[in-house]
Formats: sequence, C-alpha cells, structure tokens
Amino acid sequence: MNRGKKVALYGVIVATALALGYLESLLPPFFVIPGMKLGLTNVVVLVVLYRMGGKSALAVNGLRILLVSFLFGSGMSFWYSLAGGLLSGISMILLKRTGKFHIVTVSVAGGVLHNVGQILVAMAVLRTAAVGWYLLVLWFAGLFAGALVGVLGAFLCARLSPKIFDK
Amino acid sequence: MNTGKWKRADFLLLCGMIAVGSLFGLFLLLAENRGTEVRVYVNGEVVNTFSLDEDLQYEICGAHGGVNLLRIEDGKAYIEAASCPDGLCMHMGKIDKNGQSIVCLPNKVTVEIAGGGEAYDVDLAAR
Repeated sequence: MNRGKKVALYGVIVATALALGYLESLLPPFFVIPGMKLGLTNVVVLVVLYRMGGKSALAVNGLRILLVSFLFGSGMSFWYSLAGGLLSGISMILLKRTGKFHIVTVSVAGGVLHNVGQILVAMAVLRTAAVGWYLLVLWFAGLFAGALVGVLGAFLCARLSPKIFDK
Repeated sequence: MNTGKWKRADFLLLCGMIAVGSLFGLFLLLAENRGTEVRVYVNGEVVNTFSLDEDLQYEICGAHGGVNLLRIEDGKAYIEAASCPDGLCMHMGKIDKNGQSIVCLPNKVTVEIAGGGEAYDVDLAAR
C-alpha cells in the first residue's frame, strides 16, 4: 500500500471509529447499567483485525483511544480505555491467530475482556476489591455486546469491498 | 476474507465464558448477606463509617473538589446527588448487601457495605 493511501485509509477508519463512539454516547444513559456499553467502535477494530491484521487493529484502537481522551477525556478515563482496549485487542489477535475460532467468538471474548480490563484498573485506582456484582454484570454485558458486535463485524467483513483494503 | 467457521472450539469457549459468569453469580448470590456498616472511601482511604440502620445524609468531598451526596434511608445506602459529569454513581441504585459498593470514578469515591457476619471472600480472593 502506498503511503498516501495508507494515511487516507487509516484516517477514514479512525474517524469512523470516533463517529461510532459518539453515536453510541447519544444513547440515553438510563437505558444501560453504568459502564455497560455496546462498544460499536469495536466493530471497526474487528473489521480491521480481519482485513488488515493485528498490528493495524492495535494501531487503530490505540489512535482512537488517544484521540477520544484528548477530545472528551477526563483524567483517568484514558487509562480505563487503554487497559480495556489493550486487553481485548491483544486477546482477539491471539484468538484469531489460533485459527480455531469464528469471528463472533473472538468478538465475544474481546467484549468480556475489555470490561474485565477496565475493572482491573478501577480496582487499582480505587484500591478496592469490592467489585463483585459490578464485575458480574459487566461480564455478561460484555458477552452480549461482544456477540452483537461480532455479528455486525462478520457482516461488514463479508460485504465491504476488498478494494478498500487493497495493497 | 475468511472470518472463520463455527467449530467445537467456539462452542467450548462460549459455554466456558457463560459458565464462569454463572458460577461467579451463584457464588455472589450464596455469599450475599445484609451488611451493617457503610464505609466511605476517598482515594482508597476510609474517610467515614456509618451505621446502615440510621437514616442520614452526608456530603462526601471527593477528589478534585467533587461532591457526592450520600443518603442512608430504610437500611439502604445510595448516592442522591453528585457533581461528577456522568452521574453514574446515582444510577448504581441502593445497596445494603455486604460487599456491595457504589463507585464514582471521577471523584475517586467508593461507598462500600461492610460488617454483618461473614463477608464473602472476593476481597481476599482478589488480593
């Protein structure tokens, strides 16, 4: 891929991830349990992982997290996002690499581990381990969100023109 | 691009994740009991302790000048108002079970229920 196309492609992808994140933040908060998110931006990460590889997926996710925390972040939020993003990103790359799992399973594992990562940071920051019920809720929330994201990601992987990701 | 096929491994991993979550939930359910004490933490330090049986209002001064209004009413504790931008701590509802907690990340405030006989050992297990 030449440099110009690379820059443009990454720009469009990161912008899509940002826009989806914003779209999701418009959902009324009383609809969801605190910390529970659909994680629509993970659709983008998932598609990039399957179409462009693990390194690109990590790069896109890292850029997105950095930009979101610059734009809307408040103090610690960067670290929560980073912990969740890294844990889910790396585990999805590894699961995909084994070649034994369907994209939806990979996404579900990513969704669960994203929430686990955030709670681990919360435990460290607040120096508390009393997160039992919260962890339980977010565990299952991650399962459902991951499944939904996985189905969407599989659909997009099948439908997006290969030309977009051509070398 | 190949997004993989459904295989036995998928089934095992998905069921495994559901099983781990369910077992954890069962464990919490069996271990839960009503607490007697409300502990308020700011930045990981206990700043105040109240009885769960006495109705009261208390203003928690959190990090960065943030304020959370704690209310204990009918043996349950909850956050009535808060200065944090997301207000998630208010949505966390009322708590009275031993080990339950309300967390406000922006203000670094944790309200935790304690006391009431044997606490479940998530605390110990997780340390």
